[in-house]
Amino acid sequence: MAEKITLGKALNHGLRRALENDPKVVIMGEDVGKLGGVFRITDGLQKDFGEDRVIDTPLAEAGIVGTAVGLAIRGYRPVCEIQFDGFVFPAYNQIVAQVAKMFYRSKGKVRVPMVIRIPFGGGIGAVEHHSESPEAYFAHTPGLKVVTCSNPADAYTMIQQAIASDDPVVFFEPKRRYWEKGDVDLDAPLSGAYPLHAARVARPGSDATLLAYGPMVRVALDAAAAAAEDGRDLEVIDLRTLSPVDFPTIFESVKRTGRAVVVHEAPGNLGMGAELAAKITEECFYSLEAPVLRVTGYDIPYPAARSEEEYLPDLDRLLDAVDRSFGW
Amino acid sequence: MAKGERKAGAVPPSGGGTDAPAGGFVQLLTPDGEHLGSVTTADGTTYSVDFTDEEYRGLYRDLVTVRRLDAEATALQRQGELGLWASLLGQEAAQVGSGRALRPQDMAFPTYREHGVLYCRGIDPIMPFGLFRGVDQGGWDANEHKFNSYTIVIGSQTLHATGYAMGVTMDGKTGSPDGEAVIAYFGDGATSQGEVNESFVWSGVFNAPIVFFCQNNQYAISEPLERQTRIPLYNRAAGYGFPGIRIDGNDVLASYAVTRAALDNARNGQGPTLIEAYTYRMGAHTSSDDPTRYRIASEVESWKAKDPIARVKAFLTKQKLAGDDFFAEVDEGAKQLALSLRERVLAMPDPQPVTMFDHVYPNGSPELDEQRQAFTEYHASFEGSGH
Repeated sequence: MAEKITLGKALNHGLRRALENDPKVVIMGEDVGKLGGVFRITDGLQKDFGEDRVIDTPLAEAGIVGTAVGLAIRGYRPVCEIQFDGFVFPAYNQIVAQVAKMFYRSKGKVRVPMVIRIPFGGGIGAVEHHSESPEAYFAHTPGLKVVTCSNPADAYTMIQQAIASDDPVVFFEPKRRYWEKGDVDLDAPLSGAYPLHAARVARPGSDATLLAYGPMVRVALDAAAAAAEDGRDLEVIDLRTLSPVDFPTIFESVKRTGRAVVVHEAPGNLGMGAELAAKITEECFYSLEAPVLRVTGYDIPYPAARSEEEYLPDLDRLLDAVDRSFGW
Repeated sequence: MAKGERKAGAVPPSGGGTDAPAGGFVQLLTPDGEHLGSVTTADGTTYSVDFTDEEYRGLYRDLVTVRRLDAEATALQRQGELGLWASLLGQEAAQVGSGRALRPQDMAFPTYREHGVLYCRGIDPIMPFGLFRGVDQGGWDANEHKFNSYTIVIGSQTLHATGYAMGVTMDGKTGSPDGEAVIAYFGDGATSQGEVNESFVWSGVFNAPIVFFCQNNQYAISEPLERQTRIPLYNRAAGYGFPGIRIDGNDVLASYAVTRAALDNARNGQGPTLIEAYTYRMGAHTSSDDPTRYRIASEVESWKAKDPIARVKAFLTKQKLAGDDFFAEVDEGAKQLALSLRERVLAMPDPQPVTMFDHVYPNGSPELDEQRQAFTEYHASFEGSGH
């Protein structure tokens, strides 16, 4: 039976179910216990599962991820919480040099089935290091799977799927969508869920394809709704998985619509949009009516909060790009 | 003190036999081959070994064999058969002593120089040759042998060891003599790394069943110990709330006795210990550097007099536990093993190129499948064309 809950609460339910279903699942991070995390995503979990399952750690990101590697080698399934996007870099060595490579280094004999949860993106008026979109750094690293959810239903299932997967998964949570509500079927079996590494058509359309993920899916859907009033029928694809990207779903759409616009908060230079544009051009060249366009953050450090509305791609910038695509 | 609590701090004896650094170290076998029997540290702990004659001879055999394998690898590198080699020359006692102190259930997390510990874990000594020849990146089964992959980024493995040790506790495998313990190897340079300090913090806070085994070989490539620390490394442990102890790293008996005791403390639920094995890297950091640029010959000569193997040989001879026949037989055995390794290394085939796509993800990846397919077809297109 579906309930209307927030994305943050959906993650909490998903984590709870993972803890219930597998005694090897442990959650670890700063403030995840009594406080329930700074966003309360782990609220109540330590109370119900104990301090050995929901572990308040010392304050050091490399330590959180590095000890999780050891626990994973030991047979546990750690779920690490990095408090904010910009704080992941002290753990960067552990993630890209150790987590990503253990399986390869050992010729498949050592698995580190772990999840690294990172609240990411801007739009909440935060200070420096609290609004970044570092997904490309991780999607660029072979050995890591990188996913992000955009709505409560996906949040609930994807976090469980990520934990159940033997692949190490970097799980980006769109922090400014934590409080948005949607229908979630809390009783649905995971076995019947939509695949973790598949994009989803969030809105079907025939005139152009908008590609978005995480916090930008809402912006893309709003843009599509606005464009519909102008008589343009835009398709919106929620990528969900950034490594691997579900290219077949994207190619099918773009070959049909002939136009693609990618939107993300991260700087455009060498970002996800660059990769998507290149791959679409390689595969869909003869179907394209216009170049693949990108709407992204600027190539600057994330600006001070009073400027972030200008930095973040919004409905107007996205519609402007759609206009440029049609004007080609 | 409450049960399970331990005093933290510096505990070596003030003396520690000949050539001890300021502050002393635990030594059971002097460079002259004199067996001191037992030694009691400032905190009242007594360390001793109780080996049979055969076990003493076995330690000697281990030391000689490990040195011979290392020499063979160095020669193979010079002949272009290995791309690189990280020699353990001079550190045999630290590695064999601590490696033999491990019980079967204990887990070890090495850096990239622990060929002696690897040997003690019963792993085919060919394994690191493959790594340094470039045919794989290790590839032994860490869980089967209780010896994790070599870790090349300095100090990263100390956190893995700590997490694993936390898992040992969570599994209820501490608090008894049959419990499990974990050992993390690293060098003096690694002690400057944040991750090593984080592993000390974590281990202290979670009372993890772990022994930190620092082989202080005096140099981090070219940088001397003074570039890493102002205080003896074992003193660091006090700041994290667990004991630190310095041993004569060239003394296989001290290495064994202190490591065994620290591991037993860990498995009994008494938490971590930092052991600083005071030793010397006689060769280069790896075959790529030139130690004559950064250290003087007289220093190397002075450490030669503390050779870890010569003192065991002197002890065995003085005690009439072994004679020329035994020493010759050990040398011959080590030589034969080295020669067979040489043959196997030379016969080691390059990997099939397509296998580089294997084992990236447990669940595979459609993007990688495509690349593998394209790679295979591309190479197949040359078949019969003389390429």
